[in-house]
Amino acid sequence: MAQGWLQIAIFLAVLIALVKPVGIYMARVFTDQRVFLSPVVGPIERLAYRALRVRPDEGQDWKEYARSLIVFSLLFWVALYLILRTQGVHPFNPQGFHSAPWDLNFNTTSSFITNTNWQYYGGEATLSYFSQMAGLVVQNFVSAAVGIAVVVALIRGIVARSGGQIGNFWQDLVRILLYILVPVSILGALFLVSQGVIQSLGHATVIHTLAGSTQTLAQGPVASQEVIKELGTNGGGFFNVNSSFPFENSTGLTNFFEMLLILVIPAALTYTYGRMVGSQRQGWAIFSAMLALFVVGVAVVYIAEQHGTVAQHAAGLHTHAFSGSTGGNMEGKEQRFGIADTSLWTAITTVTSCGAVNGAFESLTGLGQAVPFANLGFSEVIFGGVGAGLYSMLLYVILAVFIGGLMVGRTPEYLGKKIGAREIKLVALGVLVTPLFTLLSSGLASATRLGTRSIYAGVNPQGFSETLYAYLSQANNNGSALAGYTGFIQPNPPGNVGAFGISFADLLGGAVMIGARFLPILFVLAVAGSLAGKKVSPAGLGTMRTDNPTFVFLLVGVVILVGALTFFPAILLGPIVQSLTTRLF
Amino acid sequence: MRRDLTTSLLAVVVMTVFLGLAYPLAITGVSQVLFPGKANSSKLSFDGRVVGSSLIGQDFKGKPAYFQSRPSATEYSGNVTFFGNAGPNSVEAREEVREYIKSYLQLEKPFDKSLTREDIPVDAVTQSASGVDPQISVANARIQAHRVSAVRQIPLTKVEALISATTDGRSLGLFGEPGVNVLRLNIALEKEAPLK
Repeated sequence: MAQGWLQIAIFLAVLIALVKPVGIYMARVFTDQRVFLSPVVGPIERLAYRALRVRPDEGQDWKEYARSLIVFSLLFWVALYLILRTQGVHPFNPQGFHSAPWDLNFNTTSSFITNTNWQYYGGEATLSYFSQMAGLVVQNFVSAAVGIAVVVALIRGIVARSGGQIGNFWQDLVRILLYILVPVSILGALFLVSQGVIQSLGHATVIHTLAGSTQTLAQGPVASQEVIKELGTNGGGFFNVNSSFPFENSTGLTNFFEMLLILVIPAALTYTYGRMVGSQRQGWAIFSAMLALFVVGVAVVYIAEQHGTVAQHAAGLHTHAFSGSTGGNMEGKEQRFGIADTSLWTAITTVTSCGAVNGAFESLTGLGQAVPFANLGFSEVIFGGVGAGLYSMLLYVILAVFIGGLMVGRTPEYLGKKIGAREIKLVALGVLVTPLFTLLSSGLASATRLGTRSIYAGVNPQGFSETLYAYLSQANNNGSALAGYTGFIQPNPPGNVGAFGISFADLLGGAVMIGARFLPILFVLAVAGSLAGKKVSPAGLGTMRTDNPTFVFLLVGVVILVGALTFFPAILLGPIVQSLTTRLF
Repeated sequence: MRRDLTTSLLAVVVMTVFLGLAYPLAITGVSQVLFPGKANSSKLSFDGRVVGSSLIGQDFKGKPAYFQSRPSATEYSGNVTFFGNAGPNSVEAREEVREYIKSYLQLEKPFDKSLTREDIPVDAVTQSASGVDPQISVANARIQAHRVSAVRQIPLTKVEALISATTDGRSLGLFGEPGVNVLRLNIALEKEAPLK
């Protein structure tokens, strides 16, 4: 395992080294300063404002900002839905795919607008290249930019000393796309192609194999989608098996690069935050809390997966490592990634809202599954989705300040601003709305025959895990799955043939994704607006500090407390049961 | 409100055109020029014809003269993919692994008399994630080498040399795990010791 730990350590080291430079760069982008790309991108930016008829220097209060964001997302929802509905008539469709059923289109549209990328379909067998490019790739960019814009607005609200303005949505959107997401994607896509990720528009090719049978090799514009899928913490694979397919993720190096893409923006945003509020220590405090929770998760998955599964041991398989074999639970994992890199990826994709996978979650060990459950149960505040992670974490920060304030008996203050009843109500709503969506929908799906039709594993802990995880994932806009539940092309069809296009699952999931994305955004923007007008009082001796280890500890405690109180009973019934027993179901 | 609608409408059009068409098509164009082999699925040729992709595993079941790929949930499909989804505590998973162990021993033990269940590397009897894992572990290849050398009637050392030549190490010596590329190995075998 030493080699595995080393790889994990190197990954963390590279990530931490990137936090400061990327964080500074993003802060300059968000505050409308010059960056090294300005000479190239500046003219394009001005052209974009003119084309969109936007006055970038026109400030918006939180309601105007929210209205622009909602109208924009709504129109894009309609556009994507129409593209998917009319797939049959578009170009770049060499396989001649028709559109999927309307309810599936509803789910997919809602999924990509909300940065979730939950997939009740297998991309390579359902969608044309046009739908993947003009439909999904666009949303991979846009939904990510929207998430980042919201956190930038919140930070402005925290910083603003007077007035209620929190920036201009259109300017944020354009600058995030042009200065951050697009340039990295262009370079990243070309790098991925150079390593074997495919990028073509041709028809799938049929070849005669060495052993004398035939095999069809998929084609498609994969690399251009793969890079933004990770960078924007989207996660929707071009292929059904996502980043485990060699055409999406061809080597140990592409795997490392893709993991870095997923985490770099969420991690660096903490530095950006520190810079924008004028105290780097505030940013590092939040980063430390995230890192601590993250590292524990990685270690648990890795140790659990290296151990092997109950079923494998019951079959008489020895899962220890020896010369030339990684050992461990290799079911649903790829040889080139092995146990360590699949475990690391599993933690990364669930602390963020990415949800791309490089191995089968359904085949993780019981304890290995518990980590994705916990990460989602903590509402993805450990780094989290681009923007979404930090704005969710800031809600927890305010909550921690409030709880800390109650404990020491002082009016809670954050960065000199008094936290009043209105802010705490909004924060509580923002923190609770996602768990509420999760529990109500997974309860409904577990308790009704319409819902249980989607289950693949049967009436047992694994089946319950599938259901809970499906709604946990959709409510948190993650998109990863215990994939038996997604139901597309079941290897063992009986009782589950039609999971593909089960209207109940499509519609409930779609509604959950939309609600659990946009309601928290509204609460966050409202908090931003509410804080924006507040006066800053100077810190005194009695001020509770929010940049020291004590506060980090308190913050971690609050995150765990809220997550555990909400989800512990449910998680017990699924993954924990499976990890504590040697029984087979 | 009206301004938001106008701007949104314009944004939908502009972004769809630039992010959804211009960007991926430009990447496709540049890739096709700079990396034509990689961009078009890293195809491998043998005997003047394309026999597969170095990134996509193939089915060699029932052909003892070849190295065998890892078990696949998808029958090694290169265009319709799904996970096997065997749960950690499922009876089906136990039965599946038992079956794989049984057939592995049946195939390899006659040629490697000392082989026992404890020696089987996990990758040999578990389904890969993609269904087309192009690689097997080095330990798995070393076991299979006995059979291949016997069936093809070439020295074991020669087969082992071919294994070394087709083993991909960790990327940059650091990332991922080493593995033997099965298709490349089998092509090398065909070149070295063709089946009569």
